[in-house]
Amino acid sequence: MLKKFRYQIAIFLSVIGPGLITANVDNDSGGILTYSQAGAKYGYLPLWTLIPITLLLIVTQEMCSRMGAVTGKGLSDLIREEFGLRTTFFMMFALVLTNFTNVIAEFAGIATSLELFNISRYISVPICALAVWLLVVKGNYRSVEKIFLVACSLYITYIVSGILLKPDWKEAALYSVKPILMFDTDYITMLIAMVGTSIAPWMQFYLQSAIVEKGITTKEYVQSRVEVIVGCIMTDVVAFFIIVSCAGAIWAHGPKDIETAADAAKALMPFGKYASYLFSAGLFNASFFAACILPLSTVYTVCEGLGFESGVDKRWKEAPEFYWLYTLLVVLGAGVILWPNFPLIKMILWSQVLNGVLLPVVLIYMIMLINKKSLLKEWTNSRLYNAVAWIAVVIMIGLTLALAAITVKQITQPASADVPSSKPLADMQRNDAGRHSLKANVGESGAAHLAR
Amino acid sequence: MADDILFLTELLGLRVHDLKGRRLGFVKDAAIVPLIHPARVDRFLVGGGWSWLTVKHDQVRSISLDGIYLKDEQLTPYHSDEYMLRLVRDLLDQQIIDGAGRKVVRVTDVTFKIHHDQDGDVLNIIEVDIGLRSMFRRLMQGAMPRRLVRRIQTVIPPHSIRWEHCSILEADPQRRLRLNISNKILERMHPADLADIVEDLSPDDREAIFETMDSEVAADALSEVEPDIQASILESLEPEKAADIVEEMSPHEAADILAELEEQTSEDILDEMEQAPKTEVEELLEFREDSAGGLMNTEYVALPENISVAEAMEALKAHEEILETLNTLFLVDRDERLTASIPLARLFTAAGATPLKELGADTLIHVDVTEKQDRITELFDKYNLVTLPVVDGTGKLVGAITADEVISLLRQK
Repeated sequence: MLKKFRYQIAIFLSVIGPGLITANVDNDSGGILTYSQAGAKYGYLPLWTLIPITLLLIVTQEMCSRMGAVTGKGLSDLIREEFGLRTTFFMMFALVLTNFTNVIAEFAGIATSLELFNISRYISVPICALAVWLLVVKGNYRSVEKIFLVACSLYITYIVSGILLKPDWKEAALYSVKPILMFDTDYITMLIAMVGTSIAPWMQFYLQSAIVEKGITTKEYVQSRVEVIVGCIMTDVVAFFIIVSCAGAIWAHGPKDIETAADAAKALMPFGKYASYLFSAGLFNASFFAACILPLSTVYTVCEGLGFESGVDKRWKEAPEFYWLYTLLVVLGAGVILWPNFPLIKMILWSQVLNGVLLPVVLIYMIMLINKKSLLKEWTNSRLYNAVAWIAVVIMIGLTLALAAITVKQITQPASADVPSSKPLADMQRNDAGRHSLKANVGESGAAHLAR
Repeated sequence: MADDILFLTELLGLRVHDLKGRRLGFVKDAAIVPLIHPARVDRFLVGGGWSWLTVKHDQVRSISLDGIYLKDEQLTPYHSDEYMLRLVRDLLDQQIIDGAGRKVVRVTDVTFKIHHDQDGDVLNIIEVDIGLRSMFRRLMQGAMPRRLVRRIQTVIPPHSIRWEHCSILEADPQRRLRLNISNKILERMHPADLADIVEDLSPDDREAIFETMDSEVAADALSEVEPDIQASILESLEPEKAADIVEEMSPHEAADILAELEEQTSEDILDEMEQAPKTEVEELLEFREDSAGGLMNTEYVALPENISVAEAMEALKAHEEILETLNTLFLVDRDERLTASIPLARLFTAAGATPLKELGADTLIHVDVTEKQDRITELFDKYNLVTLPVVDGTGKLVGAITADEVISLLRQK
């Protein structure tokens, strides 16, 4: 009996990795700042969204990991095999485009966080880009994975802070289960942003590939599912504490918009003068972590789908497309940040629109795939599960369309300083990383757009 | 480009005309029946209205980019048939094994050669296309005229695999037989290459290959596969087949793999094994994995200490199967206790009558079965060993650790 139990633990430990990493990359620079804004501006009110968000996250990620474990193939592999080259090609094209803009956002996060340490982006970004590149290309994949996992623990600072701040727990608990809907543009946009920041198309591809790479099969799947679910919950526990910290430290002294990285750092007030250091360390870690995984995941996906050799265990000559595309994504993603007066905000906004347009498409393909008996055998979705998944898709489509509509409206309408109340939160914090890094010297266009 | 070449992407959507030149429909798929002919397109599946029709290869008069013209209109409705390999459904966009390049690739297109026969045109598959050129061709097909696509694509270097080097993946063993998929291409590869390929496949495909492959080849390949994949392969096989494969492995490797499995599975496999290899493996399973006993191999050559070089050579000739990896001989006394170890090469320079004993190294380095692996790697490094004898508590020789084992060990760290 004990032996069996020990065997179970051994299996669980051996499957750890994919789910936890994915879940934690979820809280990237965009995530941290979105949640900070939510807490700073609305206090405990937005907490109720976390439960449905967690459910949505679990449903989508569980489907990916199940497909990976049962078929032993990546998501783009399956799309290619079941829907042909043309579908795959256009999806990959859209994904590369979308992910590229996301990579830019991550490097923007790196630039901002290090600027709090007074390190110029012209130094930090090239060095970090090189570090990211080397870590993945020259580093041993397993040790890379361990670095990532250890880095996850930095989120604990928010949990500690959340507790030290002595927030109003009664209120926090109440609003965690009490949905509050206000028909206020800012509030609704923020809700959409919170959902949008949690579930991104590239994550589905990444998770499934990681499960396959790890060699998880139906036998270890049960343990792997536990890991994926634990990861999803962890993501949102961190989100919960970010919101609570910001509510306690900022909102309690008067609702406020997060405008600079220094504002967001106040959430870590209990750490005194170290708060801003801790915050930038956290933001830096989140951005750097995502900057490693995002481009890597993108090339894995593309190479799998289009049939190029891929894998960090291959040599450059064996998988040239893999390494070139990876290098291009990192170099260009970081390079754009250094371009003086580049309209970063618009770029990042458009990346959210692209994300939003692509996600429902990916989800629909996922549901079609996971219901194929020929692929999943007895592991297809049950009817109840399908219902949940489709509802999730409909909600996601609704939300992302709304987000897209609002964002497009914001982009097409020239921003004017006299209507500050309708300023989109999507614009404000979905990728504030970019915004902050820009604030200093973006020049008229960006600054006008954000002027308050 | 030669006129007698046709690509699958071009074939799809070609118009099919009857005797009077009226359009019957468009080509939707083409199928080969490998049991009849390995490369010839046996039938075309033509769709026009609601259902698909089957056009047999001997009903075709001519095939060109302008369409297919028939010489016989007695067409039958399409019905699925287990013996045919449908190129679009079963091959296009799927993974296959490239036997020449020794890797797993994804099919983007198929190249046919049109044979102008007296009775009519026949299509034979000559290559499977995987590169950028075929990707371009496929993406552009329908977006611009076929002939223009052909002209533009020549700027992109081609990347194709000859059909006879392709090994199709099919996870259903029954269907493998019906499609006449043999493992010959795989069985001819180096086990290490085959292992790399197997690692790239999905679990179902791995299982199908090992289930149908010759046990000896399977054993060689399996011992080169990564440990966790090894375990999942053996667990997926019938215990009987797994036992056949494990029997072909060296007892030491077999024990390593079985130790990775769940207890019940490894017992099931042991139950199916022959008595002799089973006992050896079971003995090895008793040792801790990280001790000398767990690392050692029980395939070694031990000779009585009092024989001459000539006699030793004679003894070796009787066991040619072990010579490939043999580099050290061990001498044992009457109680099988280790007394000397002799590098094999010494035998060639020594006179035939020399007693074997005299060739032994001055210091005899050996370890106890319980010795820890760190100490063992240290010994290999310090004394530049290729083989290290392992003895039990009474000094009896029980096995040998070879350098390749130490290399694997160090790489795992």
